[in-house]
Amino acid sequence: MSKPKLAIFDFACCEGCQLQIVNMEEEILNLISIVNPVQWREAMSEESDEYDIVLIEGSITRPEDEERLRRIREKAKVLVALGACAAGGGVNRLKNTLNLQEAKETVYGTAANMPHLNTSSTKAVDEVVAVDYKVYGCPIDRREFAYIVRCLALGKTPEIPGYPVCVECKLKENVCRYEYREICLGPLTRAGCGARCPSLNTWCFGCRGSIEEPNIDSAKEVVSKYGKTLKDLENRIALFGSK
Amino acid sequence: MNKKVEVHHVTRIEGHGNIVVNTKDGKIEQVEWQVPEAPRFFEAMVKGRSWQDIQSIVTRICGICSISHSLACIKGIEAAMGITVSEQTEKLRLLAHYSEQFQSHVLHVGYLVAPDLLGAKSVVPLAESHYDVVKLVIKLHRIANAWSDLLAGRTTHPVTFKPGGFSRIPSETELRELRETLAGIVPDLKALAGVVLSLADKLPQFERDTEYIALVQPGTYSFYQGDIGSTDLPSTTPVDRFESVVNEYLPEVSTAKWARWHRDSYAVGALARFNLNSAYLSPLAQEIVQSFGLKAKCTNPYFNSIAQLVECAQLVETSLALLEELLRTGLKQEKLEARPQAGEGVGCVEAPRGILFHRYAFDQQGNCLSANLVIPTNQNHGNIQKDFEALVPQILDRSEEEIRLLLEMLVRAYDPCVSCSTH
Repeated sequence: MSKPKLAIFDFACCEGCQLQIVNMEEEILNLISIVNPVQWREAMSEESDEYDIVLIEGSITRPEDEERLRRIREKAKVLVALGACAAGGGVNRLKNTLNLQEAKETVYGTAANMPHLNTSSTKAVDEVVAVDYKVYGCPIDRREFAYIVRCLALGKTPEIPGYPVCVECKLKENVCRYEYREICLGPLTRAGCGARCPSLNTWCFGCRGSIEEPNIDSAKEVVSKYGKTLKDLENRIALFGSK
Repeated sequence: MNKKVEVHHVTRIEGHGNIVVNTKDGKIEQVEWQVPEAPRFFEAMVKGRSWQDIQSIVTRICGICSISHSLACIKGIEAAMGITVSEQTEKLRLLAHYSEQFQSHVLHVGYLVAPDLLGAKSVVPLAESHYDVVKLVIKLHRIANAWSDLLAGRTTHPVTFKPGGFSRIPSETELRELRETLAGIVPDLKALAGVVLSLADKLPQFERDTEYIALVQPGTYSFYQGDIGSTDLPSTTPVDRFESVVNEYLPEVSTAKWARWHRDSYAVGALARFNLNSAYLSPLAQEIVQSFGLKAKCTNPYFNSIAQLVECAQLVETSLALLEELLRTGLKQEKLEARPQAGEGVGCVEAPRGILFHRYAFDQQGNCLSANLVIPTNQNHGNIQKDFEALVPQILDRSEEEIRLLLEMLVRAYDPCVSCSTH
């Protein structure tokens, strides 16, 4: 069996998820023994239009980027949304809460109306093309990524937790962040990170996105029990859009 | 004869940049460094957000220098709200900051620049042809990342940094282990410097005098504190007056703002720091400087990668001294007691790619009223363009492929963070 050809393309983002692939260090050498990287602009100058598996990093914020993404989708057999920006829009989704013209003026001042600064609202990759798999997190977790790539190379479906961060947090026997009067998104956010932030004594801010059926009523109850408002909760959910 | 070089999305750099060169009958018609990156509007996205959430947002400006962004942000918040931190917090932050500089430099020199010096298109074929070198780079990179993990809670997008201190600090045992690890890689650093030295003749000979800007603090090779220094000026400028230094403007070819001060452009980054602070380098760093025959003021932009290599030694040696100090005094668990307050403040650090500025204003509840963020690569774009304009006439007789490679290598030398610069 020949190795599947892998290509990585990036859109609006910090490129930190690609960096996590580099950060796999020695493991990268194992990974390139099962997949053949043919295009990866951030790390390679080799180029190819032929690929089997495509990783898309970043959110989609301009019409020309939507077109580019569609062209990539046409050639890809399997398309993976890599990281929070691609999977859900990520922190860039905050832009959708703003008036675009005002946002441009805030950033660019008198130059704001130059045509090359035009963007549309922030979209996740699956709002533009079909996505086969999503790797969640900001940034992605490198072990989870390696697991997903191994599954894809073997033609298996990766299993991603559908339960909230609270489950992992309880298993670690952490004291609940609400006991510290913090707004923690653990009850609503998809697990898989090992409750990293609460384990480092701080709140979860929802970078892996919302679970499929979050128990909103129960979250509201927790928030009010600890003297916080729904607005406090919504403000923190807005950071990663929790799509 | 006509020549045309068009590079759509330069490879082996962070973010998206294009190179366009057109000549007709031996005359240059167009030489452009273009920045088509999608703007993300961070300065607008943080408006109205809580002081406790700003850092989680702005660290996402950059995946490679997220620790620098976090620290600039926290320092800005603390300056705005009059929050003071302990000496221990400052030392642990500095140790985290050094880990990122080291990681970023190893990544740049080892993964992104080395292929050009070894005649390869990427590190992938080098894994076969130069296995020992690749293993060495991976080892140093892995150690740098574990070092960041220990202090910041995560390699990219730190978790433990808070206004006022840390949510979690490492144990003394962990710091002792880190000290042993760092002491153990000194021979590896020498080996890496030796490999690069053996390839130094592959670095193009090109000089262009320009203004270099970096943090300066007497007696220190500063990455974290001080005032703004310039090679064009004997006096320094306080960081809270950074707007008078950067003078941002937006050219039609870029979605990122560019900067200029005393000339048409200026440069920031490892070479700028070296040019302003070389007197304060550590012994091994000085040894590497001498082996390359490097002298301040060096005006060959391709030598930015060598300055990064010098800084790798500087970072490890300074961190070893810092670890000694921390272990001598011992670590205390400190309570986080920061409270919001209305005010305005500036945070400034040297990111791996150069000096980084964050300014914030907050209301009494700690909601952000405004932000201004100036990123190192913002400040380098104009200088890349000016280098292009000086270099292209000197290499017009070369083939299109050679011109292309020399310009790509020049862009790479700046280690640009293009998506970061557009933010």
